[in-house]
Amino acid sequence: MSSREKILGTVKTNQPEGRTLPSVAPPMGGEVTDPAKQFVEVLEAIGGRAYIVSGWGRIATIIKEEYTQQHRIVSGCKELAGIAEVKDRYEDPHTLENVDLAILEAHFGVAENGACWITEDRMIERALPFIAQHLALVIHKKDVVPHMHAAYDRIGRAAYGFGTFIAGPSKTADIEQSLVLGAHGPCSMTVFLIDEELSDAGFY
Amino acid sequence: MKDHAHLATEFNKDEPRVDWHDKTLWFIREKRDKAAGGVPEWEWLRDTASAIKENVLSNLSEYLLQFEDHATQNGVVVHWAADAKEHNEIVYGLLKKHGVDKMVKSKSMLTEECHLNEFLGEQGIEVVDTDLGERVVQLAGEPPSHIVLPCIHKKKEEIGEIFHEHLGTPAGNADPQFLTHAARLHLREKFITRRVALTGVNFAVAETGEFVVCTNEGNADMGAHLADVHIACMGIEKLIPLRQHLGVFLRLLTRSATGQPITTYSSHFKQPRPGQEMHIVLVDNGRSAHLGRKDFRNSLKCIRCAACFNTCPVYRRSGGHSYHTAVAGPIGSILSPNLDMKKYSDLPFASTLCGSCSNVCPVKIDIHEQLYKWRQVIVQDGNAPVSKTMAMKTMSWVLSNPSVYHTAGKAGRWFMLRAPFTVNNGLNPWYKQRDMPEVPKESFGEWYKRNRK
Repeated sequence: MSSREKILGTVKTNQPEGRTLPSVAPPMGGEVTDPAKQFVEVLEAIGGRAYIVSGWGRIATIIKEEYTQQHRIVSGCKELAGIAEVKDRYEDPHTLENVDLAILEAHFGVAENGACWITEDRMIERALPFIAQHLALVIHKKDVVPHMHAAYDRIGRAAYGFGTFIAGPSKTADIEQSLVLGAHGPCSMTVFLIDEELSDAGFY
Repeated sequence: MKDHAHLATEFNKDEPRVDWHDKTLWFIREKRDKAAGGVPEWEWLRDTASAIKENVLSNLSEYLLQFEDHATQNGVVVHWAADAKEHNEIVYGLLKKHGVDKMVKSKSMLTEECHLNEFLGEQGIEVVDTDLGERVVQLAGEPPSHIVLPCIHKKKEEIGEIFHEHLGTPAGNADPQFLTHAARLHLREKFITRRVALTGVNFAVAETGEFVVCTNEGNADMGAHLADVHIACMGIEKLIPLRQHLGVFLRLLTRSATGQPITTYSSHFKQPRPGQEMHIVLVDNGRSAHLGRKDFRNSLKCIRCAACFNTCPVYRRSGGHSYHTAVAGPIGSILSPNLDMKKYSDLPFASTLCGSCSNVCPVKIDIHEQLYKWRQVIVQDGNAPVSKTMAMKTMSWVLSNPSVYHTAGKAGRWFMLRAPFTVNNGLNPWYKQRDMPEVPKESFGEWYKRNRK
């Protein structure tokens, strides 16, 4: 008998009587009034940064001002073609080793933990959000859901080969519980929240 | 082999270090409390997670088939391993097939349980652990002492020395920021050059065939996305029925583990990237047998957050290595006897049965009750140490014979009063770390008799 049959057989014999699945709809109460505000607060608390901006032009300006030492900037957003290398794909993810900054558009943010959901169709290469020295994600301010239950409601039955929640910069506290940002992945993580109702006036 | 009590005695020789270890872990427990307190529906989350996992255990064979079916449709190769040996051979076979003798590995307690690194080392394969804490203990030639914080027992000065020896950092530099950066450079070279990456699995979804790996460092992703071959190893109990259940577990996992709202990366692997091979190894290694133990099966609900470690007064003061098993702490003490009851017969006794572990468990495993039940099974099966069995038998004889009991009580009081050295010495285990009580003038029985007259 193969191991597969052996394992399945023993499991079937030994598993207890059927228990029904509970509902995963969270109980009412504690609703968030301003998810975007909470998102920014939590993201900053976990070592990330956030900018609420009027649009892509403003994002390009901030990147030019803030990332002066970053020589190789790669983006999956055609709106940023003026300031970044924008390609559909790379033959080999290893060629991304020297990327200083990656700017990608995520699907939405989660207020309770500061995470953004992004799937591989928006990453150019799966390795890019991890191998870049710095990471910036772009979402729309209206696309912030309150909690993880709402996040999975929104993902639904979406088809993807790879998807990930990213919450802040890569980090570790393995040495005596001292928090260090920049373990293996990006040393910093910035989220731009586009607010279509915002005017550029007064922002400069 | 030395048991928990002996190993804990060794750990306890350095008192300031024990205090430091104790405080560090309690600090993490406090962070967990703060994070849990910030979620008003926390108890609902625990109840729901527990109910989902109970459903999983009662339908595990069905979910395994569903998962296999969907993962295969996604282009992932599914392997089944009955035990640690078969698991190790499957991984080795894949490496051999690709002619590879070097591999990066992110954290997987299952591979610790299976002693994969030792096995591959014997076959001439070099495995580099890429989680910073795991890399530290690997370079030190030690196993992890904690499932979430593998080198929590090490002081930064010791890590500085290890890095000086193996990575060439300057002697005497023990700055966490500097050491982490040195490890980043050292491991980046490994990520870039390795063709095979092995990761663990936090959750596998039967409905979709995808699996989720959670890290803060990004090491699982760095390894997997740059490698030609990704091997993911998981115990069969890691399954959950639906994708939407991830919402429940991801809210609980990191808050319980470190007090963070979520790990930096919660990566959902569903299909290999074009040109990549992806393998999943489903490992039993005693789990299906454990499922048949009514009193103990629900320990298979564990999501490996280690909240029970951080809260445990015994773990905090005895260190992870004293448990001499891959998964230490209270949960390890109820999982390990299932694997080898004789070898791990000491572990269910490494507890005060205070119940704090059960109170913090995000999936509501009755850990302290199982510890108590394991003690009974171990003694009944004749796996308790002879000294303990003899002492218990003697005690039972004394307590069931009133005249012997009175005589023994009198004799005890006489010796403690007139010849205290006969009890206040190292031969009396109770005397270690404790003062003997003051000797009463008379027993309660004697007092009662006198006052009834």
